[in-house]
Amino acid sequence: MISYVLRRLAATVPVLAFVGLFVFFLLRLTPGDPAILIAGDQATTQQIAAIRTQLGFDRPLAQQLLAWAGQLAQGDLGRSVFSDMEVTRLIGMRIEPTAMLALVAILMALAIALPLGTLSALKAGSRTDRAVMAFAMVGFSSPVFVVAFLLVYVFALSLGWFPTQGYVPLSQGLLPCLNSLILPGLALAMLYAALLARVTRASLLEVLSEDYVRTAHAKGMKPGRVVLRHALKNCAIPVVTVVGVGIAALLGGVVVTETVFNIPGLGRLTTDAILRRDYPVVQGLILVFSLVYVTVNLLVDLSYVLFDPRIRY
Amino acid sequence: MTVTGSVARKTPGLFEILRGFLRANPTILIGLAVLAAFTFVALIAPFILPDPVRVNPIQRLRPPGSEHWFGTDQLGRSTLSRTLNGTRISLTIGALVTVLSVSFGLLIGLVAGYVRWLDGTVMRIMDGLMAIPGILLAIALMSLFGSSVQNVVIAISIAEIPRMARVVRSSVLVLREQTYVEAAITNGTGLARMLLRHILPNAAAPVIVQATYVFASAMIVESILSFLGAGTPPTIPSWGNMLAEARPFMQRAPWMIAFPGVALAMLVLTVNVLGDALRDAIDPRLARKLRV
Amino acid sequence: MRKLTRRMALAAGLALSLAALPAAAQTVLKVRPFGDLRTLDPMTTSDYMVRNHAYMVYDTLFAQDAKGLIKPQMVESYTTSPDGLTWTFVLRDGLKFHDNTPVTSADVVASLKRWGERDGLGQQLTAHTASLTATDPKTITLVLKDRWGLVLDALGKPSSMLPVIMPARIAATPSNQNITDATGSGPFMLVREQWSPGSKIVYAKAPTYQPRKEAPDGLAGAKVANVDRVEWLIMPDAQTALNALQAGEIDIFEEMPPDMISLVKGNAKIKVSKLSALQGVFRMNQSQPPFNNVKLRQAILKLVDQEQAVRAYVDDKTLYTVCPSFYMCDSPYFTDASWPKPDVAAAKKLIAESGYKGEKIVVLDATETALSPQTLVVSQLLRDAGLNVDYQAMDWGTLSSRRTSKNPVEQGGWSTFASGPAAPDMTEPVGHLGLRSNCENAWFGWPCDETIEKLRAEFTMTPDLEGRKAIARKIQERAVETVPYVPVGQFWLVRGQQTSLNGLLSPGLPVYWNVSKAR
Repeated sequence: MISYVLRRLAATVPVLAFVGLFVFFLLRLTPGDPAILIAGDQATTQQIAAIRTQLGFDRPLAQQLLAWAGQLAQGDLGRSVFSDMEVTRLIGMRIEPTAMLALVAILMALAIALPLGTLSALKAGSRTDRAVMAFAMVGFSSPVFVVAFLLVYVFALSLGWFPTQGYVPLSQGLLPCLNSLILPGLALAMLYAALLARVTRASLLEVLSEDYVRTAHAKGMKPGRVVLRHALKNCAIPVVTVVGVGIAALLGGVVVTETVFNIPGLGRLTTDAILRRDYPVVQGLILVFSLVYVTVNLLVDLSYVLFDPRIRY
Repeated sequence: MTVTGSVARKTPGLFEILRGFLRANPTILIGLAVLAAFTFVALIAPFILPDPVRVNPIQRLRPPGSEHWFGTDQLGRSTLSRTLNGTRISLTIGALVTVLSVSFGLLIGLVAGYVRWLDGTVMRIMDGLMAIPGILLAIALMSLFGSSVQNVVIAISIAEIPRMARVVRSSVLVLREQTYVEAAITNGTGLARMLLRHILPNAAAPVIVQATYVFASAMIVESILSFLGAGTPPTIPSWGNMLAEARPFMQRAPWMIAFPGVALAMLVLTVNVLGDALRDAIDPRLARKLRV
Repeated sequence: MRKLTRRMALAAGLALSLAALPAAAQTVLKVRPFGDLRTLDPMTTSDYMVRNHAYMVYDTLFAQDAKGLIKPQMVESYTTSPDGLTWTFVLRDGLKFHDNTPVTSADVVASLKRWGERDGLGQQLTAHTASLTATDPKTITLVLKDRWGLVLDALGKPSSMLPVIMPARIAATPSNQNITDATGSGPFMLVREQWSPGSKIVYAKAPTYQPRKEAPDGLAGAKVANVDRVEWLIMPDAQTALNALQAGEIDIFEEMPPDMISLVKGNAKIKVSKLSALQGVFRMNQSQPPFNNVKLRQAILKLVDQEQAVRAYVDDKTLYTVCPSFYMCDSPYFTDASWPKPDVAAAKKLIAESGYKGEKIVVLDATETALSPQTLVVSQLLRDAGLNVDYQAMDWGTLSSRRTSKNPVEQGGWSTFASGPAAPDMTEPVGHLGLRSNCENAWFGWPCDETIEKLRAEFTMTPDLEGRKAIARKIQERAVETVPYVPVGQFWLVRGQQTSLNGLLSPGLPVYWNVSKAR
């Protein structure tokens, strides 16, 4: 077990190293010159050159890379070229909204998908099943920003139930915070819920045809109990796998959702930073996102041991 | 000589098989028909409709009516013409991304799955690429390349290739252990021949299914990129651009968002349904799981 | 288990009510500014967001009133010697910085020196200055080398970069380095801990501020903070901002797209007002073919129909002006002298005469800006006139980087771009962004004309308004021939606001003193 965890941990190192190299070169080769952006509208060529020197953009790529890697090792992600704040601080300020949004979205997706998927599997082939699967297909096919528009239009502008935008930090109370996250969470959860409902249904169908479930039925166990006791437990693995694989889609969706709902999280920071060619911030963000992705998938792999005692390492 | 002869003899048989296959799977038939209709519209649109990029500020924001069937946008351009021309752009982007990611995915997946000493390195690179959320990767690449249809295709493809490579690799890994492949190896079949004759045809099913998802997701990602301002150049009437431009007019000119929005959802839905049906038809093991 | 959840819910409710208390006791003005604040230094960038920030936290010696006249602001009184060379300024009593230290003449001298190194007009003032000294703690003496006519115009400059007064210790920061301490003597102070770049900027009423007695007039007069806090909430997406305004989540929506006006017209809770006027500028690169050819530039001036161009952005007639001038239509130097009427036939004739042989014209367009629709219309006009247009869409960041290039279009150069400088930058010949024709030192596009430069120098030495008007007219007559740029219409940026706000000022740029909000 411990050696498996260690091996699995070691395997993440080259992945993260690759991500680091990739973002470094990607953004250094971008055509827009950040020095010109910082200098502003009426800057002279000398002022622009001075800024370039000051920020090290004029040094050879290899030198820039070495300097960057050295700082990275000390947990220093540099300073934003736009606002001159430490990148770690900028990212730190933005973690809470994104973490809350992702959490709310995952919980909502599970709350929608598990019952629907189970219902669909139990009534396989019926009209309910078809309706649920069609719903899942539509959810799967709609761009997240279109879903977001519709939600805002109906539930915020017309009905006035929820705020149209913005985020209330946890420090102002849990309920107001959750209230500000319902619509964005729902918009983000749609795609995820669609995916999860399909997987839940499929794996439940397979489990239901297994011998021990038939035995349980034969023993006269109530159908609801069978599903809860035996079947659902066994489809935990494919569902957890989808949560892991879907985390990439979720993180991508965060970028769009935070833009539409004006949530000051990592996603908004990402679009702003890329449009402003704010190299250090983009580098930091991609590293953070990748770290989250790698960590979640690590946890997913390790959780297999929990859910299925048959798996031993 | 013999080769041509055998192909000529086989062709009618292939048609027969195809016909039987479609008859047995009406969903696929319907899906293909809808897709064909979209393609037809995409091809004839430029010949029957006014120029989709011609601006006419005097005629701006006209609602749908007899003069403008789908209304006009904020620069007085015809929404009908733009929506129908947009079909061509979405289909082109979807198709090109699919072709690119299938070709590269196959190449990388086959090599990684078959050539053991390369497997580790190649798959670590793929893992690294996959660790960056696709949309993020595509936006970053777009800011590097600059905005053009070609670059959208490349950016989305780079984000899709690793997944495709994984699908291919895992089927190769399974196939490699099969008896007939082992037999071929013992017989001394060359690497290229091995991959082409034995592995490729058998890995086709999961690739085809994955390809339909890539096709659908490419069209969605294009719309998201354009929405975030990092997609196709704004002069090109892609659905993503139309949706992005329509956003500030959501209340004043809802037709601007409705027509491209519905068209996009319909096309993506068609491709996804088609993909599901194909998967069920090609892969009976999966079909049993999902259909019962 | 059940008990636990109930206790948690109670705790959450308690936290909620506690958190709600301090917020209710304060009035908070919530503003969606048009952009984001990138730096705190108003003397190193002409960025309008930084300028607006400067109006919150700093004060200036002089300020422009609604009629465009320069009035004393921090200054109590000033005198000029009969020869016009020696100026003496006396500061008002009780002026204090946010850290509670008094504003002294030493702070003024240090601030003006720093500003004089970076600002265009400031550099001219520095060049004409023999000495600038703090005579006593409240008196500053300025001695000029010659009878330069723009001293008050410079010290009361309404737009970027502002001659703001900061403590001498901060003004000591070299002018090629950004200041990071926003201590000023203005009506509001920055709440540094709550500033989150890309998300929000928070200001609190400054208890130290001493307003003037006069009523507010333009940017001059009393600057009384009538709200406890002002929060700038950054929302890049206009539709999101409109939703927030309609739902009452924000009080003010700066630079609301004009197409949204009709959506809030029926809503009694929301009102729309003019924010600031811009001039649409279609700029050509004169350092490269084909626009190094004056005939071709003249052709574009004749080709562009401002009405058609500006209507692509706004169709409400009260919000745009077709202005046959290089100067803003409502500015004192406005003249329509020698202005050609749009004439496609004449334009085509000029194109033929210019010897244009189908050289590629690279049009840069920053698609998220207000000038993008105009760019599209003008590109269409160029194409219709038979020019070989290569339209390239990009964001403003890329455009502002591309436009610095003097390379041929094949090597990353450019032929045209459009921008919308605000009225104060397009009002008089000296500060005019587009008319400046000093070759390498001119704004991107680099027009080069000795006659215009001579006239601009003459303007600064002419003290009376009539004399200046005559020079401004001569400059226009010359510029119609050299065509440094083509105006594509003058238009208003608007803002949406809650009708319940009182006393919101409209001096041509967003300022948030005087405005009050019901508790």
